[in-house]
Amino acid sequence: MNAELNFVSFRLVAQAMPVDPGHHHVLQPAAPQAGNIEWLYWVVFWILFAVFALMLAGFATATAKARVISSRPLPIIEDEEGDHRARWALGSALSITVITLFVILVLSVVTGKRVEGLSSKNPVTIQITGHQWWWEVTYPNSQADQTITTANEIHVPLNTPVVVLTNSADVIHSFWAPSITGKRDLVPGYSSAFWFQVAKAGIYHGQCAEFCGLQHAHMGLSVIAETADKFQEWQQRQIKLAAEPSTSEAIRGRGVFLTHACLMCHTIRGTDAGSHLGPDLTHVASRKMIAAETLPNTAGALAGWIVDPQRIKPGTLMSPNPLAPDDLQALVVYLQSLQ
Amino acid sequence: MCKPLHIAPLLMAATLLASCKREERTLRQPPPASETLNTIQISGLNPGANSIPTPPSSNMYQESAYAVSEGQKLYEGYNCVGCHAHGGGGIGPALMDRDWIYGSEPGNIFATIMQGRPNGMPSFRNRIPEYQAWEIAAYVRSMAGLLPKGVSPNRTDHMNVKPAESSTSEQTPIGITGLPEQHK
Repeated sequence: MNAELNFVSFRLVAQAMPVDPGHHHVLQPAAPQAGNIEWLYWVVFWILFAVFALMLAGFATATAKARVISSRPLPIIEDEEGDHRARWALGSALSITVITLFVILVLSVVTGKRVEGLSSKNPVTIQITGHQWWWEVTYPNSQADQTITTANEIHVPLNTPVVVLTNSADVIHSFWAPSITGKRDLVPGYSSAFWFQVAKAGIYHGQCAEFCGLQHAHMGLSVIAETADKFQEWQQRQIKLAAEPSTSEAIRGRGVFLTHACLMCHTIRGTDAGSHLGPDLTHVASRKMIAAETLPNTAGALAGWIVDPQRIKPGTLMSPNPLAPDDLQALVVYLQSLQ
Repeated sequence: MCKPLHIAPLLMAATLLASCKREERTLRQPPPASETLNTIQISGLNPGANSIPTPPSSNMYQESAYAVSEGQKLYEGYNCVGCHAHGGGGIGPALMDRDWIYGSEPGNIFATIMQGRPNGMPSFRNRIPEYQAWEIAAYVRSMAGLLPKGVSPNRTDHMNVKPAESSTSEQTPIGITGLPEQHK
C-alpha cells in the first residue's frame, strides 16, 4: 500500500515536471523493470527518512533534557533501575536496526527477482557488444542477410519482451539506461543476458556505468521505443544494403571512403568496406547522433569528427584524417546519403 | 658512504624519471611527414661505396610502451595476423626470427607496410595513417626482441601461442641492414 501511495505521489511530481524524452532518470521509469527499481528506491528513501527523523528527535530530546554544567563534575549515582532502562533501550534500538536492515535486504532481493522475472518464448533478441568507446548493436537472425548491425542506437517495439545478450570486445563496460532497467556489466569473453519490456514510447538515454578508459564519460547510447509498426519499418530499412550514391559528389565521396583509412575500420554493406573495428556505417545517416551520443549527426559535426576526432574525444581509436577540403565535403555528402 | 636508506629515495626517483617516457601518450599525432619514405633504403645493393644514407634508426613510437601496445592492437585489428600469424608466419614470412628480407630498421618496416612488397604484401599507403604504421613497425620489432624489455608488451589478448614479446630474446638481424646474409 505504501508503495502505491509513493507511486501516486511520484506521478503527481512527474506530471508537474515536463519529462525530457532524451534524458535518463531513475525516478521516471518507462519499463516495469525500472518501475520496480524506482519502487525500491522510494521504500528505502522513506525508511531512511523515518530513521533520520527519529534520530533527530532523539538528539533534540536529549539536548533539551540534560543540562550539564561543565564546571561541576557529574556525580556518580548508583541507579539500578536507570541502568536497566538504558540496557532495554539499547537492546530494542539494536533489534529495530537489525530488523529494518533485514527488511531492506528482503525487499531488494524481491525487487531483483521481479526485475529478472520477465521471459517469453518469442522475444526480440539484441546482441550488445561494448567497445572502447561505443556500443555495437546487432539484431541476430538465423539468416545472415537478415541480421542488422548498427551502433549506439537500440530500437525496440513497445510492450514486447526484449532479451539483450551482452559481451565486450575489450574491457568491462556496463549498460545503464536508468529509465529502462538497472545496470548490467558487459564482461569480455563472457556472454550474459537480461530482459526488459518498454511500456512508454520515447527516447531513453543510456550510459556506460563502468569506468572503461579515457572516453568512458562519452560512451552513451539511446533506446528508442516505438510502436510495432514503426519498429518493423525501421528493421526493413536497416536490413537493406547501403543506398547507391545518386549524385556525382556522393559517388566521389564513396571513392574517398574506399581509398582512405575509413575502410580499414568501418563496414558499409554493399561496398568493399567490411571491417569490424569501428561502428557499421551502412545506415549512418538514419542515426540521430554520432561518436556514441557525443555529437549531433549533422554535416558539420561529421566533418569535424572525421578530420580531428582526437580533439573531440582524446584517445578514441579513430585516427585523424587530414583530407583535402573537397574530398571531405564529398565524403560527408556520401555519408549523409546513407539513410 | 651513503646508507642504503639514503639511496632508496634516490633510486625511486630515478626509476620514476626513467619510466616517464615509457608511459608517454601522444593522443594528437603530428601531421604526417610525406618525405619520410624517400629517405628509406630498401636494397643493400648500391653503386660505389656506401653512399646511400643509412635508414633512420629511431622510431619515436618504440620508446613508449603505450605506442607499442597500440601497435599490437592494430596488428590484430588490421589483420596482419591473417598472413604473418602472431609472428610465426604462414602465408607471409615469420616476423619473430632473424631474417629480415627488406631490413629490420623501423624505417624499413615502415616502408614495407606503406609500399607493399612483391609476392603478396599489400601497400597500405593512404589506408593506414603514418603514425599507426610507425606503431605497428615498433610492435613488429618487439616480436623479434629488438625493443627494450621495458616497452615490449608482456601480455596478449589471444591464446598464448608463444612467450610474450617482453620475454623474447633478441634475434640478431641478418639481411640488408644487419649481418651479411649467410649462404647455405
